Amino acid sequence: MTELSVKPGKKSFFPYRIGLEPRMAQVSSWLPASLSLGAVVVALMIGALILALGGGNPWATYAHIARASFGSLGVLSDTLVKATPLIFIGLACSLAFRMRMWNIGAEGQFYMGAFGASAIVLLPVLPAEAPRWQFLILMAISGMFFGAIWGSLPGLLKAKFNVNEVISTLMLNYIAIAFCNFFIFNVWSEGGFQMSPKFPKNSWLPRLTDYASTVPEFAGLTTHAGFILAVLAAVVVWFILHRSKWGYEIRLVGDNKRAAEYAGIRISRNIVFVMMLSGALAGLAGMSEISGVVHRFQGAISPGYGFTGIIVAWLAKLNPYAVIPVSILFGALILAGREIQPSGIPKMIQGIILVCLIASDFFLRYRVRIRKQVEA
Amino acid sequence: MVDGNPLEAAETVVKMRGIVKQFPGVVANDHVDFTLYRGEIHALLGENGAGKSTLMNVLAGIYRQEHGHVYIHDREVHFSSPRDAIMAGIGMVHQHFMLVPSLTVTENILLGLDEPRFVMNLDRYDQAIAALSEQYGLRVDPKAKVWQLSVGEQQRVELLKMLYRGAEILILDEPTAVLAPVEIDELFLTLRSMVANGKSIIFISHKLNEVLAISDRLTVLRRGQVTADGIPLQGITRRDLARLMVGREVIFEFEKQAHATGDDVLCVENIWSKNDKGLDALKGVSFSIKAGEIVGIAAVAGNGQSELAEVVTGLRRSSKGTVRILGEDFTNSPVRRGIQFGVGHIPEDRTHVGTAPNLDVTDNVIMKNYAREPIGHGMVVDMGAAHSFAKDLRALYDIVVPNIDTPVRLLSGGNLQRLILARELSGNPPFLVAVQPTRGLDVGAIEGVQRLLLKQREEGAAILLISEELDELLRLSDRLFVFYEGEIMGEITNVHTNDDELVEQIGLMMTGTRMDELHLETEGASHHD
Repeated sequence: MTELSVKPGKKSFFPYRIGLEPRMAQVSSWLPASLSLGAVVVALMIGALILALGGGNPWATYAHIARASFGSLGVLSDTLVKATPLIFIGLACSLAFRMRMWNIGAEGQFYMGAFGASAIVLLPVLPAEAPRWQFLILMAISGMFFGAIWGSLPGLLKAKFNVNEVISTLMLNYIAIAFCNFFIFNVWSEGGFQMSPKFPKNSWLPRLTDYASTVPEFAGLTTHAGFILAVLAAVVVWFILHRSKWGYEIRLVGDNKRAAEYAGIRISRNIVFVMMLSGALAGLAGMSEISGVVHRFQGAISPGYGFTGIIVAWLAKLNPYAVIPVSILFGALILAGREIQPSGIPKMIQGIILVCLIASDFFLRYRVRIRKQVEA
Repeated sequence: MVDGNPLEAAETVVKMRGIVKQFPGVVANDHVDFTLYRGEIHALLGENGAGKSTLMNVLAGIYRQEHGHVYIHDREVHFSSPRDAIMAGIGMVHQHFMLVPSLTVTENILLGLDEPRFVMNLDRYDQAIAALSEQYGLRVDPKAKVWQLSVGEQQRVELLKMLYRGAEILILDEPTAVLAPVEIDELFLTLRSMVANGKSIIFISHKLNEVLAISDRLTVLRRGQVTADGIPLQGITRRDLARLMVGREVIFEFEKQAHATGDDVLCVENIWSKNDKGLDALKGVSFSIKAGEIVGIAAVAGNGQSELAEVVTGLRRSSKGTVRILGEDFTNSPVRRGIQFGVGHIPEDRTHVGTAPNLDVTDNVIMKNYAREPIGHGMVVDMGAAHSFAKDLRALYDIVVPNIDTPVRLLSGGNLQRLILARELSGNPPFLVAVQPTRGLDVGAIEGVQRLLLKQREEGAAILLISEELDELLRLSDRLFVFYEGEIMGEITNVHTNDDELVEQIGLMMTGTRMDELHLETEGASHHD
């Protein structure tokens, strides 16, 4: 129990063996932060090495990525636009993962949210000349509602029949996309094109560029109110998790299910509700994307936000506040993908950062000792 | 020792000397000596937590001892992994089988071996394994998938696995716990054929009947120390074994004040319940506890006492019978209702049930009252109130922890138990279930916990105390029930701490003798002597 050897039992050729001891004392609070930072630095160095081997100039590449994502107000604004759905989905995943519900279905819940928001305009529920606040509130509610339904289905299946949520949420992604495509290709298709007509302007989330007449610097900036909504959502999720009774139950179930049963917590109910809220958050991401960026219902609205959001949640260590900066970093990498050829480079960097950060966790739990091989 | 005992001349295969193994807050093995001869079945007897499994895990290379030496065939060995132990010819069959259900018997046996290297000529190995199972009478089809096998057959696969690896020394950790009576007989025949083939067997158990039936010699452990070192079995009675195993050492005395008891708080009538394997764990148990009374349940682990604690707290369903608390029907009512009623529960398993290891001290102490004022307000948990509650409990119950935001997995066993006690006792529960409240704690901590329980009794709580420490039961209980296989063997109403006769009676009841049969048994035993 107390030690794991790298090569159990086999006579090692080397005179030393690396021993690992679990850390028994509480680690100081700076260690996790500095480890994460160190992991990112190591990841960038590995990335640089690969770039150099490929014949590229790593420093120029990094500088270019930085410029392409944070170099000017314009690209910074684009980065925030990309970060917005990631924050919502990062929060959706953080919430579910806190209870060890592995919601891999944020992509489908995102699409259902986009569908729900679009239905308000396209059915139409509201006339085209309705005031903007009515549009936005109804679209948000409808987006969250459809996302919540899509999330609660696997939740119910898990609670009632113990169906593995990884499989059910993953499969529901494909159903959601096919469901949306039916409306995109058929019902709401504009003249046979694979997209709906453009929404009226009063169903758009306000953008910075809309205020260019008063603040000239905002001209052309596409950051929309969804970003503010996402930051507010982070505060709400943090409050739920750390200050509410329900959040306490979620954390208790997530850490020790048997202790939660012993404390009288209704686990099945919590599974359904957590999946519902998780789906609602992902649905809100869909609404914000439709109403803030795309302004019509169409296919391929997500470059895999639902899956990147899983990585975001994981890197943020399921901390709702940390989801925001991590999402901005990933938004930057998505954006840089359009600037850099081949576009796989930022994806590769994403992957290396993820692997390094997850690997660095190991050092939080274990202390590495090198000791001399004992003769057996 | 008896002269001319063939075992005396036998060769020593395992010698362990002065083994010390500590876990946080517990000394699991305290200078333990152990000797195994070739061709014997050596029983290792002791209560749960006495250190049997720890000692054998040291021998099997799973744990490493802090002090002491292990000799195999008179050569000192230093195992750093189970593989080293296997190479030295030691095979351990654990209580929980380590088999892959979707693979065949042969595949399971070959797993992890260097041969076959890449191409698996399974037919050849099937035959080899069939021959091996023939030789030892371990009937099992080598081609069968493990999930199709009964528990008894799976155990045979585990044994075959060890034999195939050339194990000369077999350690069986409570092998009969999972078996039906017929299977136990078959296992014993197999064990006999193994020793006839020159193997040596260590048989870990806490069941006296089986130890008497199968073993040649035995070593008894109690609280990490040896109370009988390799004594031969001739002339030993169950009575002797019970005394060696349960033991009695009164460390400190309490003045348990006699005081008036109140009305019935817990009333259990004809309760039946199933265990996790779907077998009847409780078979028609009835008793009651009055306010201000501690009622103890004495039983060897696995005789229904854990299930009883779960049934009365709502964690397990009863299939028949009624549970009433303070006059209200609590049969199969949710855990939540009991908590609202103020039922306290000190669970058996403090890390897996009693606490959430990665949450901090505050989160763990509010587990039962987070939904109630002053901590729960509407939908919100008042963290200020929760923190001050945690700080109060830390001071009051002397929980040694630097911060209340420390994750409780970093707490020692004693501190963790104090935290659970603090949580469960702080609301002055009218009814408290305490399961193994002092297991694994040091003497000082034990005294502290026991004083807290007595204080609750004085304040009028009805306490159901389930313990495997007979000493503790005798010291704290007003009345005592002895359980065996889910039934009450007898009730002891005059509980004294210094009564050897009583201890022997309880020991016999714990191993399946009903109180009204006790006299016959006693006479039988004295004739035998």
